[in-house]
This record gives sequence, structure tokens and C-alpha cells, in this order.
Amino acid sequence: MFAYLVRRLFLMLVTLFGISIVIFFLLRIVPGNIVDILFAAAGYVDPADKANLERELGIDQPLVVQYWHWISGFLRGDFGYSYVSEKPALQEILPRIPITARLAGLALLFSASIGIPLGVISAVKQGTRLDYALRVVSLSGLSLPSFWLGLLILTASVAMFNQMPIFNPNPQTWLEAFATYAVPAAAVGFRSAALTMRITRSSMLEVLRQDYIRTARAKGASEAAVNYQHALKNAILPVITVIGIEAAFLIGGLIVTETVFNIPGVARFLVEAIRWRDYPIVQNLVMLIAIVVVSANFIVDMLYAVFDPRIRYTD
Amino acid sequence: MRSVRALAATAALSLLAVSTIALAAEPKQGGILRMYHRDSPGNASIHEGATYSLNVPFMPVFNNLVIYKQDVAQNSMDTIVPELAESWAWVNDNKTLTFKLRQGVKWHDGKPFTSADVKCTFDMLMGKSQQKFRQNPRKTWYEQVNDVSTNGDIEVSFNLKRPQPSLLALLASGYTPVYPCHVSPGDMRTHPIGTGPFKFVEFKANESIKLTRNPDYWRKGRPYLDGIEFTIIPNRSTAILAFVAGKFDMAFPTEVSIPLLKDVKSQAPNAVCVVEPNNVATNIIVNSSAPPFDNIDIRRAMALSLDRKAFISILFEGQGDIGGTLLPPPNGLWGMPKEMLETIPGYGLDINANREEAKKLMQKAGYGPDKHLAVKVSTRNIPVYRDPAVILIDQLKSIYIDGELDVVETANWFPKIARKDYMLGLNLTGNAVDDPDQSFYENYSCGSERNYTNYCNKEIEKLFDVQSQETDVNKRKKLVWDIDKKLQEDVARPIIFHARTGSCWQPYVKGVTVMSNSSYNGYRYEDVWIDK
Repeated sequence: MFAYLVRRLFLMLVTLFGISIVIFFLLRIVPGNIVDILFAAAGYVDPADKANLERELGIDQPLVVQYWHWISGFLRGDFGYSYVSEKPALQEILPRIPITARLAGLALLFSASIGIPLGVISAVKQGTRLDYALRVVSLSGLSLPSFWLGLLILTASVAMFNQMPIFNPNPQTWLEAFATYAVPAAAVGFRSAALTMRITRSSMLEVLRQDYIRTARAKGASEAAVNYQHALKNAILPVITVIGIEAAFLIGGLIVTETVFNIPGVARFLVEAIRWRDYPIVQNLVMLIAIVVVSANFIVDMLYAVFDPRIRYTD
Repeated sequence: MRSVRALAATAALSLLAVSTIALAAEPKQGGILRMYHRDSPGNASIHEGATYSLNVPFMPVFNNLVIYKQDVAQNSMDTIVPELAESWAWVNDNKTLTFKLRQGVKWHDGKPFTSADVKCTFDMLMGKSQQKFRQNPRKTWYEQVNDVSTNGDIEVSFNLKRPQPSLLALLASGYTPVYPCHVSPGDMRTHPIGTGPFKFVEFKANESIKLTRNPDYWRKGRPYLDGIEFTIIPNRSTAILAFVAGKFDMAFPTEVSIPLLKDVKSQAPNAVCVVEPNNVATNIIVNSSAPPFDNIDIRRAMALSLDRKAFISILFEGQGDIGGTLLPPPNGLWGMPKEMLETIPGYGLDINANREEAKKLMQKAGYGPDKHLAVKVSTRNIPVYRDPAVILIDQLKSIYIDGELDVVETANWFPKIARKDYMLGLNLTGNAVDDPDQSFYENYSCGSERNYTNYCNKEIEKLFDVQSQETDVNKRKKLVWDIDKKLQEDVARPIIFHARTGSCWQPYVKGVTVMSNSSYNGYRYEDVWIDK
């Protein structure tokens, strides 16, 4: 188990190093930089002003030097300054992380708490009306883009209740606080819940046909015990994999949801930073997201080992 | 007796009603004006920006020397009023503009405002000071200013190379606030200090901008509001829905498109909405330095093919204006009269006849039904650019020109235009001030950085200077019309239309005036109040 842990950790560090290179150079391949954008917005360019600004921001230096400045600063916790706001990048990024984390956490919670039980029910009640109904719901969840669902929710809220569930930075009641996150989390988590439900269902169906399930029933175990203790425990591995992958994909969904619900989280902030080619923000933020995703994968791998003894014993 | 009582009661009620109306019209102090903002401005320094995304939230922080009267929709020389200046005078054969400054004015950090601040601001704008702006997009506005001199703490003079009456108009724009000498340009980008009715509180990028009332404002009793809060909502659908649901007191000015206005009026029937021209001209930039548009016949044919009314009908449901370079009357002060406009090739009402003439020109240049000219129409990847470009391509088809849309990201748009890597481009040109000097010199003078097409006509250049020095408005107008006509005939930068846009606010918001010939100058908000 220890060797497995060390190997996974090493792989994680190599992956992060590779990601840092890809992030850095991909950003430079994209045409235009902050100076181009600033001058394009102003509709003029004075070559001397442009050169001064490039020098001031350090983007006139060789790429290797720029990379070294960035990565060494990142490792020291010095994220540099945002080109746009001229504030420390960390100061810009940090307050937004809890907002997105809450939203992503709630969306994942929504996904797991709705998707897993409904998947189990759908599998256990296979071929019934309830199963068909749940499959329709899950298919619609996979088909509806989250931005469309979000806009639909907003439009319906205004039309029916004359209320707008967009972000409230200072909620007065717990209900307001809940509404601030719950509605967008549901909008973004719906697709993920649908996927979780379908994976749970198919995985459960496979497990429910196994001999040991029949044995459990023959021994007189209750249906609930058979389904949740014997079947679900063995069917959960692919579901955990999917939830792990979804955690990474969620960032993409959150960009749109944060825009539609006007939530000042990191996902929307990242898109704006890319638009401005605000390298210190984009590089550091994507690197942080990469760390989260790689860590999530690492945790998922560790969970495999916890749930499936064969994995830990093999290593 | 009963009738006398009834009469007295009616009289009392009438009096009460009258006094209620009078009270209702009396501005009330207090309240926070909540407005959404369409995007996150790059910084907070008006002098370093070229978008009214900056003017709207930050103009309330500052004062100018002079300003367009904020409760009059049409900006003109007659509506310019003193602000940090108490009075002004043209002396020295109209070559010196002297301002007597207001005394006792303080910056938001408590330091006194003096003539040195005015000199500092304009020295920086002219590039003459040690401190530099990161960007200085309106440096050309002050090309005729030799220097700015002070006489004590309360007098400042602009010494000109030659008379330029329009300088006063440029100084009255929302783009011309006075900055404090003691605050660096860098600090002004992140934490602006002004003398205006509202103090800057905070600017959270992509989130919000907050201003609070300046209790020491030199204009006693103003502002009425306790503060202004801008919530940044780039998604227009979300923003409009939030306004309809009452989350905001005001929509971002001029940001409600004509089709969206219908939605707003149906969902929030009490909302007050006005539609005004924003003095932004949608135009075609032509690369006349390379084939095929180096051929004047093809340029003229293209200009003749335009059905301007169709653009306006499709994009603005008929609410737009056809004109030359300058915004047409009645909202525009300097635009050509309709009769004159219709004499310019391509502006005639018979579109079919225009296009027949265009076809002949194309055939003369070697193109026809069997040999179409293939062109790329480049434009920015923003709906207000993209949508008219699509219509343009459709209209060009009628004269044997097959257009292909080439959408360009904002970051690459200006570099692409600057290196002449385009054939035709669809462009938007906003005018901060409704004055020919600003438009002519910026967009058409030889060597100007914003003269994207590099149009250069020395004869016209001389006429620019003649009109610029003319102090008689009527004489200047005639000169301006002749220049504008010539620019259109030369196909320098064919103007397609002048847009109109909507602005909406809740019925309890009072004292809002939307400017009708510029969208850069009307956001001081010191007269705005909330009737709640």
C-alpha cells in the first residue's frame, strides 16, 4: 500500500509539472496579449507606449525567463500581480475560491444524493413504470445544457414569483444563503446527477445478477440489506470514478452557471482573465484547479484501494 | 350649508393634492442607486480608457473644468456650464482660454484643489510631464494646445497654437475629468480620488463597484443619493431579468437594445424607458492600399450597394438614423441636412437605381454575373459588429461581390487593422463629443492612429483646419457639411447608420437625463434621486 501511495504521489508531481508547461505555453500561443487588448479597446497604438507597457509587465522577456519567474513564484506562494486590476493575484483569487467550492460541493452533493438512490431504485425496479420515468428524467438531465436550464430557472422565477435567484453577497437569512447556492447548484448538478444515476443503475443491474446476491437472498437477508449492503457496495466503484471525473468537468459547467446566475466565483473569473490574457491570474488559477483535479483523482484512487482490497493487496 | 362644506372639502382636497404633487416633485435625500454594469472595466482611470464602461461608474467621482449641463439631453456649446471653473474667457484673439477656478474645493482625501492640478492633468494628457499614463487614447485632442499655464492658485490658461473653439466642448466631455497632482496614475487606476459628488469605495473586478456620497461636495445639497452600487453582470439576459424583477433601480445606460425594450415594457410596464441615438456610427473600413479596393470604382460600387434602411429595419426595428460622418439632425448638431445627404451617391432613395449604377461600375472593373469578386468582410466577434456585417455581405451579393465573414477576436482586431491585413471591415466609431474636430481629426486626418484606413487628402486636411478655427457656428456648419459630403463621396469610411439604443429605470428614480448626441457625458448623477 505504501509503495502504491508513493508511486501515485510521484506520478501526481510529474503530471503537475507537465500541466504547468502546457498552461504556460498554450497561453502564449493564443494570439494577442494584455497590451494588444488594452490598445485594441482604446482603438489606437503608440509603439512607444506599447513597448513601455510590455516592459513594465515583463512580457517582453524570453519565455524561459517568464516561465521561471512564474513557477518559482508559484512554489513560493508569490502569485504576482494581476495585469488588469494591478492587485496581488492571490488577493484576487482567494476570496473567489470558497464561493466556487461551495457551489461545486453542493452540486456534487446534489449529484450523489439524487443520482445514487434513484439509480438503485431504477435498477431494483427494472422494467416498471417508475424505472421508465426515472430513465426519462435522467436522459433529460443529460440532454439539457446547464446554461439553458439556468436561464429557464431564472425566467420562470421572475415570471412566476417576481424573484431573481442571482447571487446575494450578503444573505440576511439562511434561506437566502441557501437559495444563493442551491438553485445554481441544482442547475449545474442536474446533468451530473443524471449521469450518476445511469451509471449506478447499470452497475447495480450487473451486480444484482451475481451469484453472491442470490446467496445473500437465500440466506434470508432483507431486500434493503441485499441492495445497499451487498449490491451497492460492489457497484459503487464505477460510480466513484464517474463522480471523480465529474468533479473535474464541473469546473466547465460552473463557468456557464456562474455567468448565468452572476456568481463571482473563480470559474467566471477565469474566463474573464483569459479574455484579458491576464497571465498571472490564468496561470495560477489553472494550476490551482489542476492541483484540485489531480488531487481528486488521487483521492479516488485511494478510495479504490479502500473499497477494493484486491487493489491494495496487489501493490 | 351642506354645499358650502362640500365645496370647502373639495378645495381642501385639491390643495392637499397640489401640495402632494409639489412635495412629490421635491427631490429627496438618501437611498442607494442600484444599477447593473454590462462588464468589468479594465481599471478605474477615465483618462486611460476609451469606453463608456468606465465613464458610467467613475464619472460621478470627478469634476471637469466645465461640463455639459446634466439635465439637458442635447450637448451643445450653449449647454456647457462651469464646474471646477467658475467662469471662462477667450482672450488673445481666441488663442487663449482662461478659467477662473472655484475656491474651497477639496479632493476626496482632504487636500485642496488648485490650478496646479489642472496643469498636471493636461500636461500628462499632452505627454509633457514626468508621470505618464499607461495609455493615453485622447492625446490628439490637445494637439493645438501649446501649454497650460497657471496664474496663482485659482487661474489657469490653455495657450493654443491657433484658435480652436471646440476645445471647450472637448473639456466638457465626460472623458475630461481633472485629476489630482498628488496621486499617481497607477493609483488612479485602482483607487481614484476626485472632487466629484461621490467618493470611490471599492472596485471588485467582475463583481461590483461601489461609490458613496461625498459629504463635502462643493455644490451644497448635492448629491441627493447616499451612494451608487454597480453590480457587474456581463450576461445581458440575466441583467435584464434582474432589472425586471426589481433587483436594480436602473439598467446600464444605452444597453437595452430595441428588441429587448419590448420585453422590458411587457414584463415591467411601469419602467421608464427612453430611446436615444448614442452617436456611435456603424461604418465600413476599406483597405484602399491593396487590390481590389484600391480601385475607386469598386469602392464607389460598394457604397452604392448599401440599403441603409434595411439595416435599420432589421437591427433596430426602424429606430436608427441615416447620416454621414456626423450624427444627423435633429439630435446631432453638425450632421448634413436630409436634402444634402440624398445628393450623395448611395444615399439616394431609389436603391435599385443605385445598385444598377454599382453594377455598371463593377462591370467596368471587370466583374459581372459570371465573374464575382470574392472578398472577406472582417469584423469583431461581438454581436453589434457581427450582425450588420452579415447584412452587409448579403447586400454586396447584389453587385457581384461574394463576401465571406471573417470574425476576429477583440485582442486581434486592432493589430489586424493596423497591419492592413483585411479587405473590408465592419467597424463601430463612437464619438465622445458631438463636434467635428473630434471626429474629423481622429478618424480622417493623415497620420492619425485611429484613421484605420489611412485615408489622407491634403485638401480636406486644410478644410479641417479652416472649420476648426471658425467661430461663427453657421459658417462652420456649412464648411463641415461640405467636408462630410466630400468624405462620403471619397468612400473614405462609408457610414451605414447611426444606432439608437434604450435606457430604462424604475419609475421611482428621478432626475435621470439620457444624452441624445453622445453616450459618454451624462453620468455625474448628482441630480438623481429616489422617490421612495
